[in-house]
Amino acid sequence: MRFSDEFEGRFSEMLSHYPTKRSVLVPTLLYAQDEVGYLSDEVIAELATRLDLTELEVRNVISYYSMLTTKARGKYNVQVCTNISCMLRGAEEIFEHCKKRLGVGPHGTTPDNLFSLEEVECIGACSWAPAVQVNYDFHENLTVDKMDQLFDECKKEGTQLRNL
Amino acid sequence: MADVNITVDGKKVTAPAGTLLIEACKSVGIEVPSFCYYPNLSLQGACRMCLVKVEKMPKLQTACTTVISEGMIAITNNDEVRQARKSMVELLLGNHPLDCPVCDAGGECELQDMTFSYGAAESKFMEAKNHKDEQQWSPVVYFDRPRCILCYRCVRVCGEAMDVWALGVQNRGVVSVIAPNKEDHLECEECGMCIDICPVGALTSGAYRYKTRPWEMNHVGTICTHCGDGCKTTLGVRRSDSGMQIVRGDNRDKSGINGDFLCIKGRYAFDFADDPQRVTTPLIRRDGQLAPSTWEEAFELIGKRFAEIRDKEGGRAIGVVGSNRTTNEENYLLSKFARVVLKTNSIDHRRTADFPAFAAAMVGKPHAAATMRDVFNAPAILVIGNNPTEQHPLLAWQIRNNVRLHRARLYVINSRPIKLRRQATSFTEIPQGTEGQAAAFLGGDDSAAEALGSGSREMWVGLRDKLRGEGKLIIIFDSAIRGKDISALVKFGSAVSGAKFVCLGDYSNSRGAADMGLYPDFLPGYRPIADASTFKDEWGDMPTAPGLNVSQMAEAAAAGTLKGFYVVGSNPVGGLGLDPFAFSNTFVVVQDMFLTETAQMADVVLPSANAYEKAGTFTNTCGDIQLVKKAGEVSDVKSDFEMIVRIADATGFEVRKLVPFGGRGTSADMGQSRGAQSGEADRHVVWLEAHGLEPKMSPFDPMAILDEIQRLVPGYDVSRMNLLAGNDQHTTTVGTGQGGVQDAKLIAPANDNLFTSGTLGRYSRALNSVIENRNPEPAEEVAAD
Ligand code: SF4
Ligand code: SF4
Ligand code: SF4
Ligand code: FES
Ligand code: FES
Repeated sequence: MRFSDEFEGRFSEMLSHYPTKRSVLVPTLLYAQDEVGYLSDEVIAELATRLDLTELEVRNVISYYSMLTTKARGKYNVQVCTNISCMLRGAEEIFEHCKKRLGVGPHGTTPDNLFSLEEVECIGACSWAPAVQVNYDFHENLTVDKMDQLFDECKKEGTQLRNL
Repeated sequence: MADVNITVDGKKVTAPAGTLLIEACKSVGIEVPSFCYYPNLSLQGACRMCLVKVEKMPKLQTACTTVISEGMIAITNNDEVRQARKSMVELLLGNHPLDCPVCDAGGECELQDMTFSYGAAESKFMEAKNHKDEQQWSPVVYFDRPRCILCYRCVRVCGEAMDVWALGVQNRGVVSVIAPNKEDHLECEECGMCIDICPVGALTSGAYRYKTRPWEMNHVGTICTHCGDGCKTTLGVRRSDSGMQIVRGDNRDKSGINGDFLCIKGRYAFDFADDPQRVTTPLIRRDGQLAPSTWEEAFELIGKRFAEIRDKEGGRAIGVVGSNRTTNEENYLLSKFARVVLKTNSIDHRRTADFPAFAAAMVGKPHAAATMRDVFNAPAILVIGNNPTEQHPLLAWQIRNNVRLHRARLYVINSRPIKLRRQATSFTEIPQGTEGQAAAFLGGDDSAAEALGSGSREMWVGLRDKLRGEGKLIIIFDSAIRGKDISALVKFGSAVSGAKFVCLGDYSNSRGAADMGLYPDFLPGYRPIADASTFKDEWGDMPTAPGLNVSQMAEAAAAGTLKGFYVVGSNPVGGLGLDPFAFSNTFVVVQDMFLTETAQMADVVLPSANAYEKAGTFTNTCGDIQLVKKAGEVSDVKSDFEMIVRIADATGFEVRKLVPFGGRGTSADMGQSRGAQSGEADRHVVWLEAHGLEPKMSPFDPMAILDEIQRLVPGYDVSRMNLLAGNDQHTTTVGTGQGGVQDAKLIAPANDNLFTSGTLGRYSRALNSVIENRNPEPAEEVAAD
């Protein structure tokens, strides 16, 4: 299968950093996931071949890390932290609100494939709790209203992109 | 390595540097409980069951990963350690069902034992246990997830030791789970190693699960009846309607050359024994149909007809075909029977390797034949041709694990990218059918390099030089290398210091069949017919001209000059393609378990016992001789040994001259009954009987013939005591015998793979279920003996 030139560049660069090929598996999986959206069977087969691993070994690693997924996700992956600091500052209310607003449960994806929802452990933004991570962006000191704003922005951006 | 002194529970222990604490403890009889630790597999440190106190270390240490160091003081049994063990068991039991009375492993479960020895009587867990239903992953492997204690032994044995990597661990922490390679099922070598190594009842086998309890079986250590490698297998047997049924095979006690290894055939393919198509009564052809008869009638008829033919037409009018799966004693007896009773040298078997040429090349080098154990320890190995993973699973296991554990250098020369190339230091591809040229080239014939394909001459010369530089090289080859190519190879090897050889034959006792003289031109020990000397003294009169080989027998039958044909445990029609119609005017007698293509054309069929149902010895392809013990039993069948003797008797031959049993003529000492222990004879007789070895009081006792073999066949004078104790002994017939040249065209390799095994495989449900599961189209059957 074909990846972007950027991916290939990073991949061959990484290979030179480690004594054994299999060591690049975890970062490679992340890059591939960013590019494809999720780790499809095709991606798994391709990386297994490239790194002399069995597909089972690749799947073992994917299943170990919660950031890696084998299922397609929405364009915006909304990760709501409900760990202790966030929880004390209202994260559960925010999470409930997200579920209601998006109409999906944890690990669910909206029918327009725009949003997925996830409940995650501490994302290291406790000082600004409650915090939510959307893809790689952090949003902090959230309230239900701010959350709605965020959703609106994403929706606008997502729809515009789609109409391009 | 230098020795290190430590103290464990007040005992002084000295062990080589690098020893693990758990092993050091074991060496002085201190048991440290463990689950995930398994000798020869990588360290896991997963279960924390082996925690011990080591002085000056702040926390308890895992004895399975701690390497001993000078002056270390360890305590394995104080309150702290005991409490830790108790907690570990409690954690392991968090989701474990603890319904031992219905679990397949009950009675031989490590968790059950540990819970009993170290566990707490109650658990502080209040949570409901997680339950998942059992899954079937393959015809052989079942997985019961809640019982799994995540020791990862199965994952490691399948990956590291089998090099299959079919099992993995998914998820993390409390939701970790063992997963098969194809999401919901396995595609693997179906060896069952993972099942046997599982300390609990999480992995169970389709063959054995829920059939019985370990304490309801008798356990008999015998030798696998399939390939030529000679794995020791412990068969669990249980009474059944018609005798003793074999319900399982394993080698958990690691007692043989194979340690705990068995492939699918040794572990599960014993079930041919209770196939309903098995013949269990003698059959005589009447009005064109095979119809049941009594044993007496059958033996009388055979004895009368064979004696008639011999007396009227001469012994040359009778041909005999022996088996690769009968014991040495039976093969020797058959060889003797043909010559002294039937007066014919026309005796042969399905030849699967050029053993006579190997013996001829090895004359005077009795110690240059490698044992199966050597293959695990040699610093360097060369394999030319063959695909050991499929055809010689134990050999492949020995090679693979030698490379993994001892860093042996493996050189592979093959026409296909066989799986062992993954362990190889060097893999050289050659065109199909040029193994002989490769041998010739190594032996010094530089012109042979032409045929060896794309590799440049320099590459070949370089490889040869490299191999010459390897000390203690073991050279392994199969029937692709014959005749003069073998002598070239042996010549090459002899220039390498300490080189040894393995010539691969295909069936469980192919080597024994060859060593015992199932040849028209060789007596036992590859002694040419013309040079019968000692045999003549002991055996009496026998024909001196070489007899016919199998294909000549078929020609003679077609020409009307072969009047009698006696086939013991072989299927030359199905396996070697003999034309059954050629034998329409020949009196054909077949001893077999099944109505094979050959049995179907017989005039008399005698139902025979298989190697799991009788006693004797087998010689594996390396020349290791081992004791075969009776495990299963099916009423109304007889051992080939007994049948040969009964036929001799029916021809009017004096049986004592054939089998030197009882009274005069016996040089036997009844095993270990002499010397300091000499009042033991009686007890020894009881022991022998309990193991299906009659104490040479009867003409059907193979041990009486073993005496003669040990006396007359060069290289078979191994320690009888060790043999009876179940240890492998190395014979040196190849090297001390004579050997000779053969028509190489007569060699017909079995070409069995991991899931086929000639006739036995055809009737094994276990093997067939795996084959069907892989390719829904019925696999082409490999017919053989
Ligand atoms: S049966 Fe053998 S090859 Fe298959 S998973 Fe178990 S250990 Fe691996
Ligand atoms: S299935 Fe058995 S061997 Fe494998 S991890 Fe679980 S308990 Fe250990
Ligand atoms: S490797 Fe050969 S001898 Fe060993 S169990 Fe398998 S078939 Fe039997
Ligand atoms: S608890 Fe939510 S960011 Fe740390
Ligand atoms: S045996 Fe030591 S951690 Fe499992």
